[in-house]
Parts: sequence; C-alpha cells; structure tokens
Amino acid sequence: MTRQFPKLLSIVALTVLLAVPAFAETPEEKGFAIAARSDRSDRGFGDSTVDMKMVLHNAHGQETSRTLKTKTLEIPDEELGDKSVVVFDSPADISGTALLSHAHILDPDDQWLYLPALKRVKRISSVNKSGPFVGSEFAFEDFTALELGKYSYKYVKEEPCGDMNCDVIERTPKYEHSGYSKQMSWIDQKVHQVRKVEFYDRRGDLLKVLGLKDYQEYDGGIWRSHTFHMENKQTGKSTDLIYSNYKFKNGFDENDFEKGVLKRAR
Amino acid sequence: MAGEIDISGFVGAETRVFTQSAKQPGQESNPEASLILNPEFRYKKDSHQFSFIPFYRLDSRDHERSHFDIREAYWLYAADDWEFLAGLNKIFWGVTESRHLVDIINQTDAVEDLDGEDKLGQPMLSVTKYNDWGQLDFYALPGFRERTFPGSDGRFRGPLVIDTDNARYESSQDEKHVDFAARYSHYFGDWDVGLSHFYGTVREPRLVLNGPGTKLEPHYDIINQTGTDIQYTKDAWLWKFEGIVREGQGETFAAATGGFEYTFYQVFDSAADIGALTEYHYDGRHADAAPSGFDNDVFAGVRLALNDIQDTAVLAGFSIDPDASETFYNLEAERRIGDNYEIEFRARFFTGADPGESSFPLEKDDYIQIRFARYF
Repeated sequence: MTRQFPKLLSIVALTVLLAVPAFAETPEEKGFAIAARSDRSDRGFGDSTVDMKMVLHNAHGQETSRTLKTKTLEIPDEELGDKSVVVFDSPADISGTALLSHAHILDPDDQWLYLPALKRVKRISSVNKSGPFVGSEFAFEDFTALELGKYSYKYVKEEPCGDMNCDVIERTPKYEHSGYSKQMSWIDQKVHQVRKVEFYDRRGDLLKVLGLKDYQEYDGGIWRSHTFHMENKQTGKSTDLIYSNYKFKNGFDENDFEKGVLKRAR
Repeated sequence: MAGEIDISGFVGAETRVFTQSAKQPGQESNPEASLILNPEFRYKKDSHQFSFIPFYRLDSRDHERSHFDIREAYWLYAADDWEFLAGLNKIFWGVTESRHLVDIINQTDAVEDLDGEDKLGQPMLSVTKYNDWGQLDFYALPGFRERTFPGSDGRFRGPLVIDTDNARYESSQDEKHVDFAARYSHYFGDWDVGLSHFYGTVREPRLVLNGPGTKLEPHYDIINQTGTDIQYTKDAWLWKFEGIVREGQGETFAAATGGFEYTFYQVFDSAADIGALTEYHYDGRHADAAPSGFDNDVFAGVRLALNDIQDTAVLAGFSIDPDASETFYNLEAERRIGDNYEIEFRARFFTGADPGESSFPLEKDDYIQIRFARYF
C-alpha cells in the first residue's frame, strides 16, 4: 500500500506538468514570461555610455533643457542590480554634479551624490523613489526601477500598437516607497521592446503616460529607444528624453562605479 | 569632450549689507560689494585629466578679502584601479553639515565665508588605490597655505587684527614643511566609513599677542590628527558622526560632531522635500589650542528643496550653546534664473553673546548677502 502511493502521485504530477503549458498558464506567469523575455533581450550589453538631452515642457508650452551623460555597467546576475553614473553637463550651475547608483532588486538602492563646488560625495537616501528627477516629469524610480525582479506581472491582453502587435502587461512594484499603484506596459511581439507605459498613482488614477520611440538595434541584438516622451495627465506638463551617441562595450568594471571616481566623472 | 578644452565656471557680483554699525575700530559700516571671477578649465585625453581653476575676488572694502588664488591646477592620471595626481587641488572629507571637523587637507579661505567651506588650493602629490575592501588615498603636501583673515577694514574680527604677515611656525622649515596624510574609505551596506590621519602643519593657528600687544600673530604647530567619519543611511534617515584626536597643539584633545538628518519627501502632495537636521558639537580643546566656537553646541535646522525647474533650495538653522547665552542664526537660499544665472541669499545673525563668549566680538556683524552669478 505504502509503495503504491508515490507511483500514484507521480502519475498525477506528470498529468499536471503536461497540462500546464497548454491550459493552465496563469495571467501572472504569462505576464512574467513576456516581461522576462523583454528584459532578457537586453542581456549581454556589458556596459554603455550615452548622452541625454532632457527637455522639460510646462503646461504653458515653455520649455527648458538640461544635458547629461550616463554610464551603465551590467551586472549579469538577475538577483543584483546594475550600476550607473549620471553626470550633468547643463544647466551650467550644476555642471559636474553626479549621481552614482548601485541598484538592488527589493532592498533600497545605494546612491551617492557628488557636489562639485565642495568636491563632496554624499551618501543620500534612496527612499525618495517617487520624487521628481531634476524637476522633470520622470521620478527617480522611472530610471532606477528597471530590473525584472522589482515588479510582479499580469498579462492583460493583446492589441495593435502602431504597425506592430503588443502584449499589454500590468506590473505592480514590489519595492517599497513607490509612487505607483500599478503600471501598464505595452511590449511588442516582434522584438520584445517596451513601447508605452501608463503609470497609475497611489489612488489608482492615471498619472503619466510614457511613449518610447526611435528604437535602434545595436550589436548583439541590443535595442535602445532614443526618444522618451513622458506626459503628466494630471498637470499637462511633459518631459522628453533624447538619447544620442550610444557606445557599448567600453570595458568598464566595478572600479568605474565607486564613489571615489565621481570627482573625475565629468 | 576628449581633445578640447572644456570651459565652465562663473562670474558673480555680491553685496553684503550689515544691519548694525561696526563694533571694532577701523571697520567700515557701509555695505560691501564684491566681484568674483571663477573660471574653470578642464582637458581630458585618454587616461589623463588636467584642471585649472583660478579664483579672484575684488572687494570694495577689505584689502585682505580682495585676493587671488588658484583653486585647482593639476594633472591626474587614472588607471583602472589607481590614480596619481600632481598639482593644486581641493579634497573634502566628512559627512556632517554644520561643522567640518575631519576635513583637513586644504586651508580654509576664511575671508570668503564664515562656514569654512571655501578652501585654498593645496599643492599635493596623491595616489589613490581602489580595492574590493575600500579606497586608500595617500597625500604628500609640500607647501603650506596660511589661513586668510579679515584685515583692519574687515568685519568678523575681534578688536585686534590678525597679522598674517608675521605667521610663526613650530617647524624650522616654516611653511616649507612637507605634510603627509592618508585615508581609508569604504561602505558596508548602509554604512559609509572613513578613517584618516594627518601629520604636519595645523590648518587652524593659535592666535598669540605680539610683543607690543597691538596685533595677534598666527602660530602654526606641527600636529598629528586622527579622524573618523561615519554615516548610516536608513530609509529617510541619515545618521552622521565625525570625530578627531589632535596631538601637538597644546594638550592632546578630542572633538566630535554627531547628529541626523531626516527628510519628509513630497510634503503636502507637492514635489517639495523638507529635511530636519540636528547636530551636536563637542570640542575638548584647551586654552592653549586654536580657538573654536564649538565646545558644546547644538545646531538645528530645516532644509527645503522645492524640486522645481529652478532647483530652489533653502536652509535655515541656528546654533546654541547650552552653557552660554549666544545664538547664531543662519539662512541660506538659492534659485536658478533662466538657464545660466543663479541668485543666492544669505542672512546671518549673532545674538545674545555676553563678553567672553566666542561670538561676542561679532555681535554687530549681522548681515544679509545677495550674490548674482552668471554660469558658463
């Protein structure tokens, strides 16, 4: 009798295993699989540098801009986050100001700010996820929370997006202090890139819509959008990020992302 | 920017209005105006970086405050895990806001501001090594820079002028004594830690009455100073500590600053952040060391950052000594105008000092300062 039980169990288990892919993939599993395929399409980029121009539009149509450079180091382990340095070039009074981030998945990121006038490196609190990044419509978390493990996922539907078809995935931040109750992301079925994101505030109301355009493929099948347009649906303000001059495989290592190098980062 | 010279920096116009007539004989009471030039030149090629930052202030009143300095003029070679630097440079150590106790490499340019954050360029040879277990910096510092002090026309001084032409040194090599320093710094999770040692000419001189009793002479001793700076960053809290032990300037003494900063993010559903700061200062130095106004003081302040397009920021605070009647108030605010201009406001008030307390000589030096700068 006791001998027969494992046999019976394994038959049941086998039946379940065979059934899952065909019938029982939950929306959560499907959402995660699509998000993971998109995230993993970026694997192996190694490191990158890019120039960014940020154009801030207020509700009256006036605009102001700032320019910065970003260096990123890929940390291949998905349980760890990437490392990045952002250095401001303009406006002139903050030229040389730099922000170093060591991203984590669910723990708060480690962040250091370099203030060039004092030549001082300051460890800063990273709980300010939802605060505006340099007065723009982008929050800190819009830049730092790009790791797969920072969200839970749910597949919603499939619909056309431009001349492609997109899967619509709902993602909910798992990390603390997010300003969002959820995000809806549109991932195309062709090259698996994020084309659009809707951000819902803590009350559940639509707050911002991000459009990602001008995708370009680099060596190794790495895709990068060169135009981000973030529109705040509650205030009418918007911010454009225009990326140029992407360079990959610069040979960076972890020493290039230590707080001590911020003083020479510009 | 490789291969071309990057030019930045600012020119500024500044005025200080004193709310009371001068206390000390020789000081002028009318407003003070200054012109500041601070261009910055940088050049970067491969692993080499060059920096040149001259500084000039022309002051309408105090000839000691009108001064020229070279803040930076160095060559830096950066390899993968080490750096070498030769030339004039500024180095900052520390974590606290209201006093910079551990920071010792550069001499304070004391005529610039009372906050001790303006520094003179220090000649140095330095080597930095990055390791898995932390960063090591070694400095050889040939050529001592004397502290700047207000002249007879200037505010922020006692009845006797400090005679910077007659500095005295413990070292027989005078200002040519080569000083040395080393620092270890790293982070362990939420902890950032620094440990440093300095051997050489002290940056803050003892002030000794001259023979005729008409002036104070700065006396620079040779010291050993060990310092540590620690910050613990958790959620919206920053806990900070700096401590030093100094040997060689009178009796050996210790001093420490510790406190916290807590930030409320996006207050009242706005983009603004409000931070609350408190720091306690202890200084065990004896009468035979350089004077310090931080023997037993509490600083409390509020920081407001609007996080708007103009980066508007305000810091307001006060310092009190529980054993004394004096209070120092400080208000700082700044805001960008357009893309290239910045306006900066300062107000500083000294109240309630009794004779013998450290701010008593400054009791009439309350002022409001406005600086307008063009950045390029």
